[in-house]
Amino acid sequence: MQALNILAIGRNPEIMAVINRLLNTPENRTGITVTTDEEALAAFQKTAFDLVLLCAGISEQEGAALSAKLLQLQPGVPVIRHYGGGSGLLDNEIQAALANKQTK
Amino acid sequence: MATHTLHTAATRGHADHGWLSSHQTFSFAGYYNPERVHFGALRVLNDDVVAGGKGFGSHPHDNMEIISIPLEGQLEHKDNMGHTQAIHQGDIQIMSTGSGVFHSEYNGHPTQPVKFLQIWLFPNKLNVTPRYDQITLNPADRHNTLQQIISPNPDDAGTWLYQDAWFHLGRFDAGFATTYNLKKQGNGVYVFVIKGSFTVDGQALAERDGLGISGTDNIAITANSADAELLIMEVPMQIN
Repeated sequence: MQALNILAIGRNPEIMAVINRLLNTPENRTGITVTTDEEALAAFQKTAFDLVLLCAGISEQEGAALSAKLLQLQPGVPVIRHYGGGSGLLDNEIQAALANKQTK
Repeated sequence: MATHTLHTAATRGHADHGWLSSHQTFSFAGYYNPERVHFGALRVLNDDVVAGGKGFGSHPHDNMEIISIPLEGQLEHKDNMGHTQAIHQGDIQIMSTGSGVFHSEYNGHPTQPVKFLQIWLFPNKLNVTPRYDQITLNPADRHNTLQQIISPNPDDAGTWLYQDAWFHLGRFDAGFATTYNLKKQGNGVYVFVIKGSFTVDGQALAERDGLGISGTDNIAITANSADAELLIMEVPMQIN
């Protein structure tokens, strides 16, 4: 089974380092974390992703604008907000987003 | 008409890590139940027991309002905002994690377990400057009354957070009855029984049961046992 590939974007480098570790801990999951929209768009132009997480420091307006740009590059990819900054909710949010995608 | 969502104690998720035993009303970490993800803005309600001398090492949070209510023992808190404090039974700790905070929480006793409720709410504002607060309450002030411990207003009783949420604690004699009147239209209430048994809006509840109620303006509460204690969490039902 192909590993899930997740892009996470947030402005707090220390938190993004933790999220990067958590995303890449399970064997069936890989993740890239970036702190700028430019890095996110560049990653999206090179790689296919299953899910995008918007993390701390991204306002609702910034998130909406970035989502629109990302979806132009890869339509249908779920873009969700990650709350909590790490271990507590991360796996739950990923499971819920992917289940929601399958039912659409 | 009021809608009830009942979560009996035995149906909660449970994680046993040796040093940590956590009963989880809503999906959390390795426990995922799509039918139990949140009740409005209430996302996490964990009933945790941490072994003596053990705890949660430094880890980050963001964009969550995190409330800890010690039930027994003491927790030693440390964060990157410069706070090094202990919280005990009777205290309420709140962290508005906003743009990001790192913290650790350890059991301050070498052998005795610490028991506490860990509650997370979605905030009504993203990326706020992180804030830490703890208050000490007099448990006598909740005897046969509802003691407000949290509100959205810095000038109101208890501490405050970034959400249109109000929390109350009550400790009642057997047979004592009262009514909780909601503060904001459209909000719901999640009632968690800390100790003893109650009847809430006609629903019998035992220790550690939880009941979410929406679509009502007031809730009738009756204690069915002596020294019964409950936590009332009024939260928005719509998440921004």
